[in-house]
Amino acid sequence: MTAALELRDVTRRFGSTTVLDQVSVRIEPGSFTALLGASGCGKSTSLRIMSGLDRPTSGDVLLGGSNVGEKSAYERNVAMVFQSYALYPHLSVAQNIALPLTMRHLSPLGRLPVIGSLVPGTVAARRTIMRQVTESADALGLTELLNRKPGSLSGGQKQRVALGRALVRDPSLFLLDEPLSNLDARLRIRMRSEITALHRSTGKAFVYVTHDQTEAMAMADQIVVMIGGRVAQAGSPRELYERPNHRDVAAFIGHHAINFLQPGDGMEAGDSIVGIRPEDLTPDESGALVAQLESAEYLGSEVIMSLRTRQGTQVRSIAHGDYAVPAPGTGVRLGYHARKVHVFDPITGQRREAGA
Amino acid sequence: MTRILLSRVLPAALLGLGAAFILLPFVWMLSLSIKPRDEIFSTTIELLPSRIEWSNFTFALTRTDIPLFLWNGTLMVSLILFFQILFAVPCAYALAQRNFLARKLLFGLVLAALLVPFHVTAIPIFLGFAQLGILDTFQALVIPFVPSAFGIFLFRQFFAQLPSELFDAARVDGLGETAIVWRIAFPLALPAATAFAIFSVTAHWNDLFWPLIATTDPDLATPPRGILYFRDQESGDNVGPLMAAALVITAPLIIAFLFAQRRFIQGIASGGLKG
Amino acid sequence: MRLSLDGRQALTDLWLVAPATLALVLFIFVPVAIVAVLSFSDYQFGAPTFNWIGTENYLTLFSSTIGRRAVTNTLLYVAIVIPFSVGAGLIVATGIHRMAGWAPRLSNLMKTIYFLPVAATLVAMSVAWQMVLHPSLGIVNQTLASLGGQPQNWLSDRGLVLYTLAMIGIWQSIGYNMILFLAGLAAIPPELYDAAEIDGAGGAWSRFWTVTWPMLGPTTLFVMVITATNAFRVFETVATMTGGGPAFASDTLVHALYREGFVYFKAGYASALTMVFFAFLLALTALQLRVVERKVHYR
Repeated sequence: MTAALELRDVTRRFGSTTVLDQVSVRIEPGSFTALLGASGCGKSTSLRIMSGLDRPTSGDVLLGGSNVGEKSAYERNVAMVFQSYALYPHLSVAQNIALPLTMRHLSPLGRLPVIGSLVPGTVAARRTIMRQVTESADALGLTELLNRKPGSLSGGQKQRVALGRALVRDPSLFLLDEPLSNLDARLRIRMRSEITALHRSTGKAFVYVTHDQTEAMAMADQIVVMIGGRVAQAGSPRELYERPNHRDVAAFIGHHAINFLQPGDGMEAGDSIVGIRPEDLTPDESGALVAQLESAEYLGSEVIMSLRTRQGTQVRSIAHGDYAVPAPGTGVRLGYHARKVHVFDPITGQRREAGA
Repeated sequence: MTRILLSRVLPAALLGLGAAFILLPFVWMLSLSIKPRDEIFSTTIELLPSRIEWSNFTFALTRTDIPLFLWNGTLMVSLILFFQILFAVPCAYALAQRNFLARKLLFGLVLAALLVPFHVTAIPIFLGFAQLGILDTFQALVIPFVPSAFGIFLFRQFFAQLPSELFDAARVDGLGETAIVWRIAFPLALPAATAFAIFSVTAHWNDLFWPLIATTDPDLATPPRGILYFRDQESGDNVGPLMAAALVITAPLIIAFLFAQRRFIQGIASGGLKG
Repeated sequence: MRLSLDGRQALTDLWLVAPATLALVLFIFVPVAIVAVLSFSDYQFGAPTFNWIGTENYLTLFSSTIGRRAVTNTLLYVAIVIPFSVGAGLIVATGIHRMAGWAPRLSNLMKTIYFLPVAATLVAMSVAWQMVLHPSLGIVNQTLASLGGQPQNWLSDRGLVLYTLAMIGIWQSIGYNMILFLAGLAAIPPELYDAAEIDGAGGAWSRFWTVTWPMLGPTTLFVMVITATNAFRVFETVATMTGGGPAFASDTLVHALYREGFVYFKAGYASALTMVFFAFLLALTALQLRVVERKVHYR
């Protein structure tokens, strides 16, 4: 199946800085891909290159199988939602949403303020445009806001207008650049499900840039983790969680920060670094790992414990809420499943298959 | 009681005295413009005339070319402003929001141009226009002022503050760069445009230097040039109408100022920052 | 054949900047170069040829009485205008600023009045000033006479004319400086005055010396340089009221430029005048930039 969008060995240099290094990404039609990484990892640059707002120093961009390197952003028929919404402050909500359609359906002459209406077909075109605008506005609950200016809207409303502007173009692809990071936590969770619903109803491919691994895990069916301008790992959320191929990926993914143990901490794997997630490390009478309790946070449903191994490495463990927390300083036995253990090369950080 | 006297009444009185000095020529101009001829030439000090000599104004407005001068002035400043904006805004936008090779060099050029007052370039421009045979034409009054380094600078500073994502969105929406300049960037720059407009209109309405040099045809006179024609033609007798004419000449800007004081002050003050 | 995307972008950039750039080059940079070159020639408008005469124009400028007088008159004019215009602007601004506290409407009225000369057309007002200063019909002399004083020839007395023009220059620029100072005053945090009061410097005079004057330092410098720059370019008043006379007593640099270049058509010599004028102005602008920089880093 031809990919909806593909980046092949894309490299982007700014002067002497290399922001993207041989990045290859495949976006399947109808999929929801998250570009995940810390700031500066190159994910926004990748998105801009996909959209056509930026050009790679080397490498190819393919849309639906054909090379679009020479096509401008508009010609690629992709829609983009920006972190700051980028709504035109001097136009009403309706005009904001209508603009891409105005550009598409009206000739340059027809677009002129007053004289435009004299051009044949303009009035009919404008009517069609308004119809499409109201349809999108209704779908997003913006009908009452059509005549307001962006300055008078709340963050969530502005976000929806930006989505409306993207929707109305019926693009081949939706590109979203950290659209929720300017919203407060509660709104963010609500908008998350709205975006997922949008994805389902349009059936088009979504590419979503974020630094929040929870968002990526919740929304995407493919996550591309980017570190230092390179693709560290691409795969389904489950793949990334259960089989991170690099210690940096393991550190990035997961609600709680993964524990890394050195040789001599108690989980032996030769000279390798051992990774085990706090949720996979629980107090167990017959546990193989011993560590000294430093502090515990009781959260009702669970207890988060901070412990230290005999070498002084900090370790966190999550116990069930019923667990009777001993006094600080006590030695606690922690148990784990062998298949939850991740082993990494101490120098390269690459995943090593656990022996036997 | 003395405190109030010292801290309020005294400064107010001093300010009032200063204000009287400021208003002196205005008041005298007004007074002479409504005085009948014999009272002008009397030796007693009279601010208020015994009757209002409206014929001074009718003379100024109908028997002189003052209306023509006003029209010339209006047309000239409008054309100058129109072309200044037409040329400066796209350039300012490109300097602020587009990345191109010679960007720093061009901005440096603009800054350097800010240092050059018009008087310095007058002789060569005069020479050039003489060669082209366009001296003593209306175009000659407008053309030299079309390049406005200050306009480019002002708009560029303003455009640089606009988020570039806004223009990215416009590009994705299909707007070409020229459309972006006039449909997105310029409408958002209305405050800067107003300040610039006030500065430009005031500066060119009041300019005597270039119209004096570039034109000899009285029909092309701008308001400042025109009032000099009037004064020099009259033998010194027609003081009343002359003052009436001076009042009429300076009235447009005064009225504009009184109507939009804050904007006016902002516009003129911004020009001072260019030195 | 369609241009590559890079090509199209470059063409767009060109289309955006070319008109303005061309205009700048044609009307600013090329003329400056031409003036510089002409200043070393004896070119006269309408002459078929010209000769290179090296620095002769400059020597004439600085050795002839008329040439020197244009320079000294301008410097004297600037020297008089600066202290009075800046000082009065400061005093008026302080007064209006204080008055705004207890009589805002009156304060605004004052502000409007003081700014009127800045907004008015200077040539028209110069014509009005001529009548104000008229030896027999003007209100100044009439008032002086009625008070028993001696009426003066304000604009035709060689010893007085430059000072008269300076007075008008001050009249015209007080309002502008007032606005600049008002902005500076508004930027002073009011807590400083409270602190001064607690420290015992609550009286009007002490307030001024402890808080206002130091905080206004950068603004004052800025205003001085702006006033100097504008005063240097004095032309309208001279051309309207005195024509540089009597006997060049009120001839200033720009007026001399006008006269030599466009009345006598001595383009070469006028170009030398232009270059001297430009040099002074550049020095002032450089000073202004230094001052602005200090202003920015002051806090």
